[in-house]
Amino acid sequence: MYPVELRYTKEHEWVKVEDGNKVRVGITDFAQSELGDVVFVELPDLDLEVETGDNLAVVESVKAVSDIYAPISGIVAEVNDKLSDSPELVNQDPYGQGWIAILEIQDASQIGALLTAEQYEAYIEESK
Amino acid sequence: MITREVPLIFTAGAPGRTGYMPPASDVQEESVDTLIPAAYLRDEAPPLPELSELEVVRHFINLSRLNHAVDVGFYPLGSCTMKYNPKVNEAAAALPGFARIHPYQPEESVQGALAMMWHLGRYLCEISGLHAASLQPAAGAQGELAGLMVIKAYHEAQGAGQQRREVIVPDSAHGTNPASAAMCGYKVITVPSDSQGGMDLEALQAAVGPATAGLMLTNPNTLGLFDANIVEIARIVHEAGGLLYYDGANANAILGISRPGEMGFDVVHFNLHKTFSTPHGGGGPGAGPIVVCKELEPFLPVPVVVKKADDTYALDYDRPQSVGRVRSFYGNFGVLVRAYTYIRRLGPDGLKQVSETAVLHANYLLSKLKPYFDLPYDRVCMHEFVLSGKRQKAKGVRTLDIAKRMLDFGIHAPTVYFPLIVDEALMIEPTETETLETLDAFVEVMTTIAREVEENPEVVKEAPHHTPVGRLDETRAARQPNLRWRPS
Repeated sequence: MYPVELRYTKEHEWVKVEDGNKVRVGITDFAQSELGDVVFVELPDLDLEVETGDNLAVVESVKAVSDIYAPISGIVAEVNDKLSDSPELVNQDPYGQGWIAILEIQDASQIGALLTAEQYEAYIEESK
Repeated sequence: MITREVPLIFTAGAPGRTGYMPPASDVQEESVDTLIPAAYLRDEAPPLPELSELEVVRHFINLSRLNHAVDVGFYPLGSCTMKYNPKVNEAAAALPGFARIHPYQPEESVQGALAMMWHLGRYLCEISGLHAASLQPAAGAQGELAGLMVIKAYHEAQGAGQQRREVIVPDSAHGTNPASAAMCGYKVITVPSDSQGGMDLEALQAAVGPATAGLMLTNPNTLGLFDANIVEIARIVHEAGGLLYYDGANANAILGISRPGEMGFDVVHFNLHKTFSTPHGGGGPGAGPIVVCKELEPFLPVPVVVKKADDTYALDYDRPQSVGRVRSFYGNFGVLVRAYTYIRRLGPDGLKQVSETAVLHANYLLSKLKPYFDLPYDRVCMHEFVLSGKRQKAKGVRTLDIAKRMLDFGIHAPTVYFPLIVDEALMIEPTETETLETLDAFVEVMTTIAREVEENPEVVKEAPHHTPVGRLDETRAARQPNLRWRPS
């Protein structure tokens, strides 16, 4: 449920460290199951500069519209255009094809502040 | 309720069938292509259905019987105040002096209509404890936008338009609040709720500053809870130089009891279609008048109905600081007549009784349902309350399933999954117009469903069983909407 190679936020985003100074961002399996069927994803503009906690994207499901926050400060280097036509990828494959954006980050030390899979799982259990 | 689908009208009828027999024309007939150039004519006739009058009548009557309305059954849709709309409102709105006038008529020939609008504005001022009203906004969300435009115009007139760029909303806010603020060009700052469901004062103190244009708040809030810190909240915002906007969506809880103006609010909108019993939710247009304090009056939309020294009424357009028009003509006039009628019929004591009874009904249901559902904020509520389906979720039944199951019992489902701060939320607003028998029948339905979740969850998960259609594909409807019928 919570891949160990990823890091997590309490707002239910996941972060995967890619090559160099890039990180891939998406929402967790828990988040997508809480949201229900996703019908629209508003992707950020390329080159948008975000700070930790800024709005990065918007995910709309049959139940609600939710902001997705930047887990780390950085610049949007790539977005998952596939989600424009196939928002259901967020539900079907949240850690794979359902990724949202890739950020180019300056300060890799911020990654250390994110939750590990174990900590995230404990957080979910605690808030249930 | 009928329990089968009504076929599309396009699939009924037969070629050449009509519902009329016009007399022979005594004017010489001309062929249409001699009157209109060929370029403007269709190549073929549109594929309109051809039916008898009786077929048409039956089609629409049967469709109407598929509809749920407060005239059909209980409608506890939280935050929407689906109260009964007294038929006397309709009688008043149908009076020729209201129904058969034209917006371009000279003022002296519509004095009665203008007098009604002026008085309605005064009543809304009295009810809110504020100074001046505009009846123009066509619904609550437009009232929010108009109110924020007034706030913005005020800050601009103070020379602070460039600095004051932020509007604060609580995390329990109606979704329209941040949407209206964003539409007005503001940056939205969200402040969390405290453990009691009210606004977190420390977080608010940290959020306000020289950039604050205003705070938007519903009181009671979307949890149905009255924020008793409101005077302190108003002080914090005012000291920072911001203004307070009251989202009147929940005003049904406070009529004649507490006034937003005295809580410290500067702008209020009322949803006449909720609080003052005019049809809504597919039954008719809304109306979202705004009421403002004295300092904000110059910025109200034009025209404003004024009473002149000779006791006649006029439309005042001469307001140089006005934000301008927000709607054509004078708002949804027929809705205003209905709300005016409702207020006059009940009077101050009657309106107070409306709110007292609405609050009593909500607390009655709350206390009856508390043993069966989780209640995240366990306090005396106002006109509505929010349960959580968390306990049922652990059994694999979601709030959506519970809502669908309620349809089987002839009840409109409550608002679900809102406010967002409550997991699996069920937001229930019974209103004051239901009888004790109806409330008890609702409790019976809810406890039955709670028992089914324990004993036979499949019956809930597969609901509804007794409606013309079952679970519609909401996801596909949102992803690939198909809004237009075409002949196959």
